Amino acid sequence: MRHLLEVTDLEVTFALRFGDLTAINGIRFTLDKGETLGLVGESGAGKSVTGFAIINLISKPGYISGGSITFEGRDLARLPDEQMRDIRGNRISMIFQDPMMTLNPVLSIGTQMVETLQAHRQISQTAAEAIALEKLRKVQIPSPEKRLGQYPHEFSGGMRQRIVIAIALLTDPALIIADEPTTALDVTIQAEIMDLLLDLCASEDMGLILITHDLAVVSQVTENIAVMYAGKIVESGPTAQIVKDPRHPYTQGLIKALPGSLQPGARLNQIPGMMPTLTDIPPGCAFHPRCQFRASLCEQVSPVLFDLPGTRQTAACHMVAAKTETKGWYPSVSETQPVEGMHHGA
Amino acid sequence: MKNYWQRFKKSYFFYSFKRDPVAIASFIVLMVLIATALLAPLIAPFDPYDSASIDIMDAEIPPSWMDEGSAKFILGTDIQGRDLLSTIIHGMRLSVLIGCGAVMLQAFLGISIGLISGYAGGKTDAILMRIADVQLSFSTLMVAIIISAIFQVAFGVSQYEQMAVPLLVIIIGVAEWPQYARTVRASVLGEKNKEYVEAARVTGYSSKRIMVAHILPNSLSPVLVISTIQVANAVMSEAALSFMGLGMPVTKPSLGSLINSGFEYIFSGSWWITLFPGIVLVIFVLVINLLGDWLRDVMNPKLYKG
Repeated sequence: MRHLLEVTDLEVTFALRFGDLTAINGIRFTLDKGETLGLVGESGAGKSVTGFAIINLISKPGYISGGSITFEGRDLARLPDEQMRDIRGNRISMIFQDPMMTLNPVLSIGTQMVETLQAHRQISQTAAEAIALEKLRKVQIPSPEKRLGQYPHEFSGGMRQRIVIAIALLTDPALIIADEPTTALDVTIQAEIMDLLLDLCASEDMGLILITHDLAVVSQVTENIAVMYAGKIVESGPTAQIVKDPRHPYTQGLIKALPGSLQPGARLNQIPGMMPTLTDIPPGCAFHPRCQFRASLCEQVSPVLFDLPGTRQTAACHMVAAKTETKGWYPSVSETQPVEGMHHGA
Repeated sequence: MKNYWQRFKKSYFFYSFKRDPVAIASFIVLMVLIATALLAPLIAPFDPYDSASIDIMDAEIPPSWMDEGSAKFILGTDIQGRDLLSTIIHGMRLSVLIGCGAVMLQAFLGISIGLISGYAGGKTDAILMRIADVQLSFSTLMVAIIISAIFQVAFGVSQYEQMAVPLLVIIIGVAEWPQYARTVRASVLGEKNKEYVEAARVTGYSSKRIMVAHILPNSLSPVLVISTIQVANAVMSEAALSFMGLGMPVTKPSLGSLINSGFEYIFSGSWWITLFPGIVLVIFVLVINLLGDWLRDVMNPKLYKG
């Protein structure tokens, strides 16, 4: 079966004054209709850049330097801007973090919704308004007829995010990319918005990519998860499996750090150190300076995602590879024995 | 319509207007002046352009309240025997016309250039802004003097008299567009990185649409403020040019050329020819500036007074 979205070896580079900086370094994942994928990682891991890369809207000096993004049979990485504009906001919608900022303050909600529809379809004002009303009802805005003429400042934060979602739904997209959609909202509203988003994706059969730094959110809501670290996916697979049995040391660290896994009063487990900045990513595995299982191979060769046998999980770690005794590109290494001459890998 | 009026009455804009006596007074004076100017042919007792009705024997009659004054000419007459009040009213009409026309041209040029410059950034921005700098480094008067001098030589004085109004609009308009371009560019730079612009791009709008329909309306309040001050400036520029004999011809006097024509006779005792148009000009420019100040305070509530 063909996937809705297939990202293969995607690379994003920022051409800066002091040289090129690779923000996304060969990530791959797939997404099917109606599937939800959580993209998790620390700030600066490249989650949002991935989101923007999918709609081919990386701001200068960044550009997609390699790989392909196949969406409904077309490679978005190489699509001319004219055709890309027709996909943006039409087949793929994006929802941002702060609903206070994403609505134009001087235009009424109705105007903004009608404008979005008219940008992509030949449609009359009244027909567009009818669709807008229908979508506002879908996101449970009370008395939408009255609300259509109001301006963004007349709504509360949660309402605004509902409206942003309604705008994203207007053109019945096949894919929604939600970049931290609940971060700017308070906790009770967060759950509401998240439920709404998931319900809509299920009922409309849309794919959803949920970009977040909050593993707790993702672990509850998405079917699949991809953990990003320093511009790479380090582990991916079904959420339940990853939460229960994380393989990559970074994912393990993240899950151990969740407060739920501890007795009250105990100190949180944390991963020592910080994620490297993109300007000085260490050679080999980017995570090795913080990893308690590292061997000398990790300092030299960058690991590649491989399928864990017997699961739908993938991980990019030499040590996991060694344990599962996967052959091929990966030399089998024991944790104690330092390895020499392994430069030919990856 | 009624709904809009209700909303307007409740708005902060109207509220702060009601509470500012200076703004109210300025507004009333300005409205009276503009109404008089627009309705000049109906209000003015004489037609100063109609040479048949002018009698040279009436020249230099002082205002009516003076001993030699005549009740027929309330503010007296100028050296050609035209009723000064009528001439002032018609002159003001020309000044307002030229001022507003020039500002519209400035705004059109400046807003388009500033918008493109701010949104495109990079080289486009650098080039357009350097052009604006060059334009600003020539003073308005200098540019105007050169252009109108060339025009007068090239087309002759009679042609110039017919073309004077549009020409002045173009001269003053072109000379001052960088004011707008800079203001608009500055606020576009502030707006274009906001998330709603990003959201608009994500929605698949074209750059043109984002610039005109999304960024521009959000950048307009400083434009509104400088527009008032630019109208006053344009009227002043026009008066200055006319005073130097490069603006409106004496046959179709604006306030500036009236002041100029009276200036030659001020030492022979005919002070009124210069004084009254001068007072009207000062009041006109003053009320616009006062309104502009008030508008700036309303549009930018962060800017507290004292």
